[in-house]
Amino acid sequence: MADLDLPSRQGFAPDAALPTGLPGEIPLTITINGERRDLHVRPWTTLLDLLREDLHLYGTKKGCDHGQCGACTVLVDGQRINSCLSLAVSRDGCEVTTIEGLAAPDGALHPMQQAFIEHDAFQCGYCTPGQICSAVGLVKEGHAHSAEEIREGMSGNLCRCGAYTNIVDAIGDMLAQETSQEAAK
Amino acid sequence: MNRFSYARPGSVAEAVREVAAPASKVLAGGTNLVDLMKYNVERPAHLVDVTRLPGLKAIEETGEGGLRIGALVTNTALAYDPRVQERYPLLSSTILAGATAQLRNAATTGGNLLQRTRCYYFYDAATPCNKRVPGSGCPAIGGVNRIHAILGTSEQCIATHPSDMAVAMAALEAVIRVSGPGGERDIPIAEFHRLPGDTPERDTNLGADEIIVSVELPAPRFATNYTYLKLRDRLSYAFALVSVAAALDMDGGTVREARIALGGVAHKPWRVPEAEALLKGVVPERGAFSLVADRILEGAQGFGGNSFKIDLAHRAILRALSQAAAGTPQSQTDKRIQ
Repeated sequence: MADLDLPSRQGFAPDAALPTGLPGEIPLTITINGERRDLHVRPWTTLLDLLREDLHLYGTKKGCDHGQCGACTVLVDGQRINSCLSLAVSRDGCEVTTIEGLAAPDGALHPMQQAFIEHDAFQCGYCTPGQICSAVGLVKEGHAHSAEEIREGMSGNLCRCGAYTNIVDAIGDMLAQETSQEAAK
Repeated sequence: MNRFSYARPGSVAEAVREVAAPASKVLAGGTNLVDLMKYNVERPAHLVDVTRLPGLKAIEETGEGGLRIGALVTNTALAYDPRVQERYPLLSSTILAGATAQLRNAATTGGNLLQRTRCYYFYDAATPCNKRVPGSGCPAIGGVNRIHAILGTSEQCIATHPSDMAVAMAALEAVIRVSGPGGERDIPIAEFHRLPGDTPERDTNLGADEIIVSVELPAPRFATNYTYLKLRDRLSYAFALVSVAAALDMDGGTVREARIALGGVAHKPWRVPEAEALLKGVVPERGAFSLVADRILEGAQGFGGNSFKIDLAHRAILRALSQAAAGTPQSQTDKRIQ
C-alpha cells in the first residue's frame, strides 16, 4: 500500500525506519462532527493523535495520554470514551463528536457549554473540553440523578484547578433542565 | 509505541488464524492493551482487531436459564442490561465499581478478563519483572508492594489480577467459551486465571492461538442476598486494595449455599469452596462469618507494604457477608459502608 501524502497529513513525520513488511497507511472512513472524512492512517495512530495532529482539531486535549485524566474524552457513536486509548483504525465507520462539534452551526453554544460558563465551571480550561464532552455523555446515558451520582459518573475527568464543585453544579443544572423538559412533554 | 502489522478479520475462524501469527495480540476495546503498548510493555508484531467480529456483541438466554455474554459486549452494556440488573445484580454492581464511564464504554467482557496486572514494576519497562521478562527478578518483593498479593504468591511474582468484573464472575461460577484451531472449548472461570508459580508471564490458561468468544452465566440464584464491597485508596476510579463479592442462597433463616470471592489479594479472583461450605445450613451471623474469614485467609502472607491487607480482608469479608445476609448490598455511588 502506497503512502499517500494527503494535505491533512502534513504534520505527520514519516517513519523512514519502518521495517519492511509492515503496513503503510490504512484507509479509514470516519465522520467527525458531522463531516465524513476519507483518510489514511498508520495503525498505531490513536484517535486522539488523528484529531489533533492530522485534522488539527486541537480542542480535544492530551493530558496523561493513558486514560487516567479524561482530557481527551470525545463521543464515539454518542458514547464518551478516552480517545487516547483508542486506535483510529479500530473506529472505521464511526461517528465522532469533539468539543468543536457541540455548538450549533450558527455558533450557538451547546447548553452544556453554556452551563459551564454560567457556573464558572473551569479555571485554566485545559480539562474543560473533556469535562464537557464527558458531561454530555453522562446526561445522555441517563444514570445520574443526584450530585453524588454526577460525581461518580464524572470520576474519569480530573481537574487540577479543582473546579469540581462548579462542574457538578453545571451538570446538575443541565439535568434539572432535562427533567423539567421531560415533565413538560 | 512499536510498529506492527494490522488485521481486521471478519469471522471468528479468520481471527483464530490471525492470532496464530508470532507475537500477535488481540485488540478489542484497547483500554489496557493500547496503554501497555505506549509503555512498551506490550510490543506486538501483529495486531488482530476483533471489534468487527459478528455475533459477539449480544447477550442471549441460554437453554439452562442463564445468560450468554458475547466477548465484545462492553462493560457498560453488560452492567446496565435489564436482565443482568434483575437476575445478576452482583455482576452489575461489581462492574460499576470499576474504572470510569469512559473506560467502561470502551472495555469489553473478554478484554476485561484478559487485562494485565497494574503492578508498578510490571508497568515500568526500566525495572526487572518476571512477568514481563521471565527470569529478570521481582522488585515488588522487598520493594514497594502496597497493592500486591497476600494469597497464592510465588517467589517469582506477587502481582494481583486487577479486574472487578472477574471477581463477581468467579462467585457466580461463570464459564468462559474460547475458540481455537480445534474448535470451541469451555473453561470454568476458576481455571481460567492462573497463579504465578514459576510462570508468572502466563496470566491465564487461554492458548496463544485461542480467543474468547463468550462468557456464560449459570441460572441465577443470588439476586437477593449479595454485595460487592470494594476498598481502595480513593472512592472512585481506583483498583481494589481488597474487594469481596459475597452471595448467599438463603433457605428461610439459614444459608443453603454461600459464594465468596476476593479481588485485589491474589493473581486471580480468590475463592475457597471449603470456607464457603462452613456456612451451609448455618444461621448467618458474625461468629460464623469470622470462621469463614479465618479459613479464606489461611496461609495469607504479607510483604511489608501490603501486610495491612490481611486484617483488612478479614474485616471486609465479615462486612460483606453481613451486607449480603441483610440484603443490603453496598451502593457503588454512596460509598459509605453500612
